[in-house]
Amino acid sequence: MTEPGMDLLMWARGTGFQIAIGVFLFGLVLRLIEIFALRRKADVAPPKGDAVSGGLRTIFTRFVPAPGFAALLPAQIIGGVIFHFGLLFIVFFFVPHIAVIKDTFGVSWPGISSAVINALTVLTVAILVVLLVVRLKHPVRRYLSDFQDYFIWALTVVPLVSGYMAFNAVGPYTIVLAIHVLSAELLIALIPFTRLTHAFTWVSSRYYNGAFAGRKGTMS
Amino acid sequence: MTAVSVERGVEALRQQVDASVASYMSSCIHCGLCAQACLFYTETGDPKYTPQRKLEPLYRVWKNDFTLLGRLASMAGLGCKITDEFLDEWEELIYDSCTLCGRCTMACPVGIDITAVVRKTREGMVASGHVPEGLIGAATRAVEGGGPMGDLLPALKAVIRRSEAATGIPVEVDKEGAEYMVILSAQETVGFPEIVEAYSKIFKQAGVTWTISTKAFEGTNVGIQIGSRDIARTLVQRVVDAAEELKVKAVIAPECGHAYTALRWEGPNLIGRTYEFDVVHITELVDQLIKEGRIKFKGKHKSKITYHDPCQTNRRGGMLNPPRAILAEISENLVEMEDAGLWNWCCGGGGGVGANERADELKTKVFMRKKRQLDGVKPDELVTSCANCRNIIEEALDHYEIDLPVLGLTEMVAEYMETDEIEEPAADKAVKGEDQ
Ligand code: SF4
Ligand code: SF4
Repeated sequence: MTEPGMDLLMWARGTGFQIAIGVFLFGLVLRLIEIFALRRKADVAPPKGDAVSGGLRTIFTRFVPAPGFAALLPAQIIGGVIFHFGLLFIVFFFVPHIAVIKDTFGVSWPGISSAVINALTVLTVAILVVLLVVRLKHPVRRYLSDFQDYFIWALTVVPLVSGYMAFNAVGPYTIVLAIHVLSAELLIALIPFTRLTHAFTWVSSRYYNGAFAGRKGTMS
Repeated sequence: MTAVSVERGVEALRQQVDASVASYMSSCIHCGLCAQACLFYTETGDPKYTPQRKLEPLYRVWKNDFTLLGRLASMAGLGCKITDEFLDEWEELIYDSCTLCGRCTMACPVGIDITAVVRKTREGMVASGHVPEGLIGAATRAVEGGGPMGDLLPALKAVIRRSEAATGIPVEVDKEGAEYMVILSAQETVGFPEIVEAYSKIFKQAGVTWTISTKAFEGTNVGIQIGSRDIARTLVQRVVDAAEELKVKAVIAPECGHAYTALRWEGPNLIGRTYEFDVVHITELVDQLIKEGRIKFKGKHKSKITYHDPCQTNRRGGMLNPPRAILAEISENLVEMEDAGLWNWCCGGGGGVGANERADELKTKVFMRKKRQLDGVKPDELVTSCANCRNIIEEALDHYEIDLPVLGLTEMVAEYMETDEIEEPAADKAVKGEDQ
């Protein structure tokens, strides 16, 4: 008899993975077409500054929070920054993840020590919990939040927690790993169809914002 | 105004969706940071005023009609609802509690130009008939009578006569071939007419020829504030026709933020072509005349002043430095408020809020932000370069019983400028019209 969960894990690693990547790529292309095929009307007002450099500028300057904001909302802003970097490192620099990427896309790069990734996972999950508390408590965030906000929070936290458990051999290994792989696949597949799309569109939104300002000789 | 309906509103909103809007709508993560940038939230503490909420009408249209999932949902009858009640509820957010100040646009971490979205959304509100009474009145007066306060030609003529009597410098109206055509904001014609005297003195000293068209002297564009392309286009076209008929080199946009946005940035797009003349803001022109050595100063203002940046000329218009370069020439004691410059706080009455009586209480409440900024530096006088800001600030200072004179930048320039000749009595002037 095979180990419980083994079939599920095999499916997740094979067909499940292919479906997830397929849905993700289809969704991403669809969304990018939906956005950029709309184009923009040419602006005939004579420019006072340069749109392109303004746009490129804002892509980078917007990494720095607005003046005074970090002091007003320290948990949210500092937490938000660390969370994004944490996630980036965990997803793209954990050696087994790089192996999956190499198998699928044929590219690879050096990873970071597993111990560091392990610690980073604890930190990232802790911050996600803090961010959830902020979402529930801060009057504005609570007011703005809908089901999807909580759903994508869970969608992000499950692969992190299950990944941590699998790596540290907490719980039934095969089942935990299967949950990890499946939840990560769900996350990947849903990026183009949820607010997680911001993982791509932050670049174009910042660009447009900065370009409009740049054209008028101001900054954003 | 033409017939209005929810359908027309939705169609007008559809027209506003382009790649930038689609990108913005795909990016919002409900982080709520924009609330901290908006004086309507910071001064009321009410989360409904969060700028993000003001994206909702256009978001619904975009989602229903411009995304595959939204279209499928709409077909299944599960699309986002856009009804009269919904638009009614949002009218307050789109008009009463947004001055189009642009601070949220600067703060959003994913880069959503919320201000631009609110401006676009107003097109749909107009088409669906969800516009505050005060703005409808101003728009009707502007289209029918020439300006938001009705036909101001008699008032303008009186202002010109008064200026000629005070300065001894004739103002030549409708003069073909002058270098510049001046337009005024209705607030100036009615509330701050001394501006014409300042123009007369400055331009005479600098050797600039200028004129005012009796056909188009109104700079305020209610169409931009209310959010109607049609009205905005009609009002811009008047100025363009007059300026091209008089063959001027440039039109001088007045000390009025939205007048500048209307003519300089939106105007060419509204009429679908570039103008045969340039548009220059009076502050830019004065700065240039100083740099060219065409105007000099005889002294400096001694008391402690601070400068209020009008949102539309500064953050949304690109004029951060010229006013400060001018003030460096004419003032000894300029202190900057916290957040002055690119991050300055709005007076609370821009973007049509000042013309919308229903928003009076809210407008006065959010002025507390400006009050705190002022309390931080305790100036003797406040200087600004927008007649609307000036009017709003004066009213609010009155309300809070604060004794703080508000000065116009261009008038200050005229006051401290060195003049070549000693003022002649007005009576001798009439014969000397052509010598500038
Ligand atoms: S433009 Fe200004 S007033 Fe309008 S929502 Fe943004 S911050 Fe608030
Ligand atoms: S700051 Fe930007 S991303 Fe955050 S809630 Fe406001 S609009 Fe959305």
